[in-house]
Amino acid sequence: MPAPNQIPLPRRASVEIRTRDFDLSAEVAALRAHDGGVGAVVSFIGTVRDRNDGCGVTAMELEHYPGMTERSIEVMIDAAFERFDIRAVRVIHRVGPLRPLDQIVLVAVSSMHRGSAFQACEFLMDYLKTRAPFWKKETLPSGEARWVDARDSDESALARWGLPTQPL
Amino acid sequence: MPDSLTIQVKYFASLREALGPGETVRVPRSFSVGALRDDLIDRGEPHAGVLSRERAVRAALDQRLCAETELLHEGAEVAFFPPVTGG
Repeated sequence: MPAPNQIPLPRRASVEIRTRDFDLSAEVAALRAHDGGVGAVVSFIGTVRDRNDGCGVTAMELEHYPGMTERSIEVMIDAAFERFDIRAVRVIHRVGPLRPLDQIVLVAVSSMHRGSAFQACEFLMDYLKTRAPFWKKETLPSGEARWVDARDSDESALARWGLPTQPL
Repeated sequence: MPDSLTIQVKYFASLREALGPGETVRVPRSFSVGALRDDLIDRGEPHAGVLSRERAVRAALDQRLCAETELLHEGAEVAFFPPVTGG
């Protein structure tokens, strides 16, 4: 008979694509609320840099593929639950106009012990960077706007998890 | 059984800027995603340049990333877009 705090909870996962900002503390509090089995929470926040590839960046616009975005991240979360002993996942990804220093993405994972939360958080970010349909367009100080190029290093990060990669 | 399929094509990011948000096309039965891409390329510019085999273009069938060998079906939604850059 497992101790009360070891009874597995129903899978808890929540994905949100939205324009408005998020509050890390509130999200983490909600993620672990009422779950006494949680001993670790790992969160990652991606933010807008004020430079990229040697150029200043004054603004960024994020486009996505509504429907496919949510579905693809849910598939990633399913994969994380299969691979790692985790209890809950929260993903928020912002779209629309953003500025340097703004928060773009949150991935937060709770688990009983830290190892699986660290691993699942990194797995989800590596997966999201290379497979979720988002595209960034950045505006330079000259006013010129350019689409951000995908990076080979992001595909390599995915390969670490044994997932098939697509060369650029 | 009709001898052609109606496909909803969508474009995103730089492809959307060049080609618009999407279009409805008719293609022969048993066409693959790659054959659809070639068919669009054969229309000439601007499709030919943007969907060129020289360019890294990703495809999704019914909102799942797919290989171009996957076969189309009536009413399929196919999207073409550049490698993704979220996160």
